Amino acid sequence: MSFEVGPLAASPPVIPNYGGPPGGAHGCIARNGTFCWDWVKGHWGDVLQPRLLEHLELTVIAVGIGFAIAFAAALFAHRQRWFETPFSTFSAFLYTIPSLALFQLLVPFTGLTKLTIEIGLVGYTLLILFRNILEGLRSVPGDVLEAAHGMGLTGRQILLRIELPLAFPAISAGLRIAVVTTISLATVAAYITPLGLGQPIFYGLATDFTTEFVATAALAIALAIVADGLLVLAQRMFTPWARARRRTA
Amino acid sequence: MALEGERSQSSAAEIVFRNVTKRYPGRRVAAVSDLSFVVPAGEICVLVGPSGGGKTTAMKMVNRLVDIDEGDILIDGRSVRSLNVIELRRQVGYVIQHVGLFPHMSVADNIGTVPRLLGWPKDRIRKRAGELIELVGLDPEEHRDAYPAQLSGGQQQRVGLARAMAADPLVMLMDEPFGALDPITRARLQDEFLRLHNELRKTVIFVTHDIDEAIKMGDRIAILREGGVLAQYDTPDAILAEPADDFVARFVGADRSLKRLALKRLSEIELAALNGSEPSGPTVSASTTLRDALALMLGEGTRDLTVVDEGGRQVGRCSVEHLSELLARPVGEGAT
Repeated sequence: MSFEVGPLAASPPVIPNYGGPPGGAHGCIARNGTFCWDWVKGHWGDVLQPRLLEHLELTVIAVGIGFAIAFAAALFAHRQRWFETPFSTFSAFLYTIPSLALFQLLVPFTGLTKLTIEIGLVGYTLLILFRNILEGLRSVPGDVLEAAHGMGLTGRQILLRIELPLAFPAISAGLRIAVVTTISLATVAAYITPLGLGQPIFYGLATDFTTEFVATAALAIALAIVADGLLVLAQRMFTPWARARRRTA
Repeated sequence: MALEGERSQSSAAEIVFRNVTKRYPGRRVAAVSDLSFVVPAGEICVLVGPSGGGKTTAMKMVNRLVDIDEGDILIDGRSVRSLNVIELRRQVGYVIQHVGLFPHMSVADNIGTVPRLLGWPKDRIRKRAGELIELVGLDPEEHRDAYPAQLSGGQQQRVGLARAMAADPLVMLMDEPFGALDPITRARLQDEFLRLHNELRKTVIFVTHDIDEAIKMGDRIAILREGGVLAQYDTPDAILAEPADDFVARFVGADRSLKRLALKRLSEIELAALNGSEPSGPTVSASTTLRDALALMLGEGTRDLTVVDEGGRQVGRCSVEHLSELLARPVGEGAT
C-alpha cells in the first residue's frame, strides 16, 4: 500500500505573516511566540470558529450513529446472550486499529471524504458504548426485575420503565468517554480531509507556527471538557435518585 | 376517607391448589408434587418447610412466575391457567424478601405502579398512595417523595407492602417478606401486618422457613417436605397438638407444647373460680399468653396465679395443672 505524504512532511517550516499590520508581522507573531492572543482574536472568525463547528458536527454525527448502532446491539445482546461475544470482539478489533491506519484503510473505498472520517470515528465509539449500555441493562438488581414481573409489567414496560432508566448512569458514563475520545480522535481526521480542529493543528505543525497549533489544541481540549461537563449535568438532572442516600441513620 | 369504604367491602378470594405438580428439567426430584389444599377467602396460609421443599415454587405458580406442569390453581373458582398472565399478576399483590422497590422512583410512584398500569386517573393514584403510606405506618409528608435508598430496611418493606396492596388485589403472595429484617423490626412488621390483615381480610399465601413465624402469622399452615410433598395442612394449634408424622414433629420442634401455649391468652380460656379464697401467687394480666403465664409460675416457684383484667379486677385463677390439662384436650375443645 502506498503511503501518501501528508502535510506534516509536505510543507517547509514557515513563520507566516499572520494577523500583522500591512507590511509584516510584528511582536509576538513575528517572534513566533508560544501563544499570541492577537492572532487568536484576529482569526477566531475565519479559522478557529468554523473549524470548531465542523469539529462539533463530526463528533455529534459519529457519537449519534455509534450510539444508535451500539444501543440496538446491546438491546439485542441483552435478550440474546450469544450475541455479546461476537459483537464485543468485532468492536474491540475496530478499537485496536491505529486511527491513522484505519482512515488510510478506508480511503480506497470511500475516498478522501467526510464519510471516511465518520466511519472511522463511529468504529471507535462502538466498543465503549456497547459495553456500557449492556452493563447498565445487566446492572438492574434481580429482585427489582422479579418484583416488576410479579406486578404484571410486560417485557416492553420493564425495558422502558425499569431497565433503561436504571441503566442511564452507566449509559451516560459510556457516552462521556465516547464523546471525549471522539473529540480527541477527530483531530486526526484532518489528515484525510481538511475538516475540524485537526486542520489548523496540522497546519500549525507544518508551518511551525506555534500559536496556531497551541490555540487549536487548547480549543479541542476545552471542547472536550465542556461536552463532558454538559453530559455530567444532564446525568445529574435525569437521575436524581442515583444520589439519594439515607438522611439519618 | 375513600379507603374506609374500600376497606370494609374489600374482597378476598378462595385459593384452591388442585393436584399441582412442578418438575424442573434435569432434576430427578419434583419441586412440587401433587399439591392439593384449599385456602379459604380472607385467611393467611403459610407455606413452610426446609429448603428444597418447593414452598416458593408453589407460591410462584399462583401468579404464574413459574409454570404449572400438572394440576391447576383456582382463584375465586377461575383457573389461573385460563387467565391472561399480565392481568392475573396485576390482581395479585406480590411481596418479596428483598422488596425490589424501583430505585429510580419515589415512594409514591413505587406504590402507584400497578394503578398506573391499570390506567387509574392521576388524582386517584396520588390519593391512594397517600392513604397506603399512612396505612403501613409511614408519614405521607415525609416519605411520599423519598427514594427507596433513603429508607431503612423496615421502611422499605412497608413500602413494598403498600405497593402490593395498591390496586386492592384479591390475593397477596408474600415470599419471606420479613426475612431480611432484624428481629425487632421483623416482630413489629409481623404484628402490624396481622393488624392490617384483620382489617383488610385479603387471602394471603405467605412463604417462610421459620416455623415460629408460620405459627404466628398463619390461620393455616402447609408444611412441605423435600420434593414438595405436603406433610400436613392444618391450623397451627392442630399441627402443634397432633403432628401428622415424625417429620412434622421434628420440624415444629420438641417444644411444641410451649408453642401451643403461646397461641392462647389467659382471657381466652376458662379460668378456675376464685372461690372467695385469699389470692395466692403472683397476679398477671388476662392478656398474658399461657406460655408466659407458665414461665412466670416456673420462675416464681409457684403452682398458680391470680388473673386480673384490664381494670385490675381479679377474674380467676390459673395453675400448672390447669395448663397441662388444656394441652391434653383434643384440638378445638379448648374454651374460648
